[in-house]
Amino acid sequence: MSEVSETTIDRRIDTSHMKVSDTEVAIDIVGMHKWFGDFHVLRDINLRVMKGERIVIAGPSGSGKSTLIRCINRLEEHQQGDIVVNGVELTNDLKRIDEVRCEVGMVFQHFNLFPHLTIVQNLTLAPIWVRGTPKAEAEATAMHYLERVKIPEQAHKFPGQLSGGQQQRVAIARSLCMHPKIMLFDEPTSALDPEMVKEVLEVMISLAEEGMTMICVTHEMGFARQVANRVIFMDQGQIIEQNDPENFFSNPQHERTRLFLSQILH
Amino acid sequence: MSLTYVREQMVPAQPPPVSTAGVVGWMRKNLFATPFDTIMTIIGIAFLIWAVPPIYGFIAPNFLGGDAVAPGGTVEDCRAAGAGACWAYISARMSFFIYGFYPPAEYWRPNLVFFLGAVLIVPLLWPAAPFKRTNAVLFFVVYPVVCYYLLNGGVFGMRRVPTEQWGGLLVTLIISLVGIICSIPIGILLALGRQSKLPIIRTLSVMFIELWRAVPLITVLFMASIMLPLFMPQGTTVDKLLRALVGVTLFSSAYLAEVVRGGLQALPRGQYEAASSLGLSYWKSMAFIILPQALKHVIPGIVNSFIALFKDTSLVSIVGIFDLLNTVQAASSDINWSSPTQAVTGYLFAAFMFWIFCFAMSRYSIWMERRLDTGHKG
Repeated sequence: MSEVSETTIDRRIDTSHMKVSDTEVAIDIVGMHKWFGDFHVLRDINLRVMKGERIVIAGPSGSGKSTLIRCINRLEEHQQGDIVVNGVELTNDLKRIDEVRCEVGMVFQHFNLFPHLTIVQNLTLAPIWVRGTPKAEAEATAMHYLERVKIPEQAHKFPGQLSGGQQQRVAIARSLCMHPKIMLFDEPTSALDPEMVKEVLEVMISLAEEGMTMICVTHEMGFARQVANRVIFMDQGQIIEQNDPENFFSNPQHERTRLFLSQILH
Repeated sequence: MSLTYVREQMVPAQPPPVSTAGVVGWMRKNLFATPFDTIMTIIGIAFLIWAVPPIYGFIAPNFLGGDAVAPGGTVEDCRAAGAGACWAYISARMSFFIYGFYPPAEYWRPNLVFFLGAVLIVPLLWPAAPFKRTNAVLFFVVYPVVCYYLLNGGVFGMRRVPTEQWGGLLVTLIISLVGIICSIPIGILLALGRQSKLPIIRTLSVMFIELWRAVPLITVLFMASIMLPLFMPQGTTVDKLLRALVGVTLFSSAYLAEVVRGGLQALPRGQYEAASSLGLSYWKSMAFIILPQALKHVIPGIVNSFIALFKDTSLVSIVGIFDLLNTVQAASSDINWSSPTQAVTGYLFAAFMFWIFCFAMSRYSIWMERRLDTGHKG
């Protein structure tokens, strides 16, 4: 598994704001199943995510981890079971789906910036047209988040003029402009050159430090160790094992987890 | 052999050898690179020597060294042996080619329509021009209404001129402009409909597109002008020009839908997903994310459809509408100007008129494509 890397961020993580709520549920998935045609891709998924949790989902390719987080903002439809996000149940009701999507940011492996719009337009489009934020205010917010991801000078360029790492940071900023309550990361560093992985992970860590609820599908085990409060291991569409990172890496219980870890960790 | 090397003297820049630069270099590279190229060059030059002088002699007037009769010449000049194109005939019948049977006393009305159209469309096509929104409203909403009342008359003391009397370039431009402008939104909606998740909308779109694409435009026009009145209740009539307009528009929108669909399918799924994940509704993500990119990708195809549409307008002549080509054809039997080159000159003129408009569209689309290129592939 050459795609797995262990980029380490050499700084102490400020944990003062990283609090997991005991009472507030961010996402509740109960007995969820999903099929692609005849293929049973997700089987009996039960997952409760509390507000402020930082969850890393790991597993071999094809294990359903991306599909699982894509179900959370309804990019994929589930066929059985319940998904409740921020108290809103996901059904076929389009209005509710858009409501959920406003509160759930998503970062994709291939960035998916809008190539025909400048960086600032990428960041302001949804706040203006979904939230109805006045243009000047949306632009101020956009600049604020571009500064946070450390590329305010790129604001008026087009995505095609930026490096992969810069594009991914813009993509994170674009999600943040909607002030989401939950952030989903779908292999955010897998398409990046090794030297750019770090700059994206830095941004993700600083988000975690602010107490953002995050679910990350990633192969960055260093990130999992440093940031996550829970690691979930999936295989064949099922959650095989979950634990805090300490115990997950040092003392895996399930045979499949041990095999996986022995292959990716040296 | 030593592995170390240190340059002791810098080499100054020198001009390239004569054989690769300048005219000689260009000719070597482009005309005489290989024996085959040399043969092709010689054949090409021979063809030009054989073809150009006679053509030039036919279309150039006397004072430019040709045999053609310049505007202002008489029919006798055109009938003289060895005379070239009869441009005098074109200029004498020009008003018929532009207005058809429109009453000459009312020519100011189509002229005003032409003038207003030019004044409104130039700033609309020129991206840097200000007041785009006002301009668009004036052109797409106010202008058609004004045109209708100006041309048709019957208000403000203007004489009524029925559409049967409209003709020439005026009708060609009306049909093609209305066809182009109305087929864009219909074509886009059909393309979106064909990709819809709702089975009824998808089926209807597919049926519409496949039906209209499978039928020749001539058939559509015949149906519209001959069959349709048979099904209409007694006494009600729909204007012939209007029927042709609707036929041409729907025909063109079916083709356009397929072109737009190509653009929609070329977009990566990630663009749809990114738009959805930000909470944009279907119509907003189409309007701001998907269509701007999809349409940009298919500008060449769209303009191709428009050029085809512009030329296809000449088919309305078979249902008795006097478009540009039909007026040229009708005038070629004008005995006052009968001469050996009368018909040929007319068709040359018609071809040239069509070419001007089509070439302008083509150049404009190339310019627009370059302008919209933001330096990446979507």
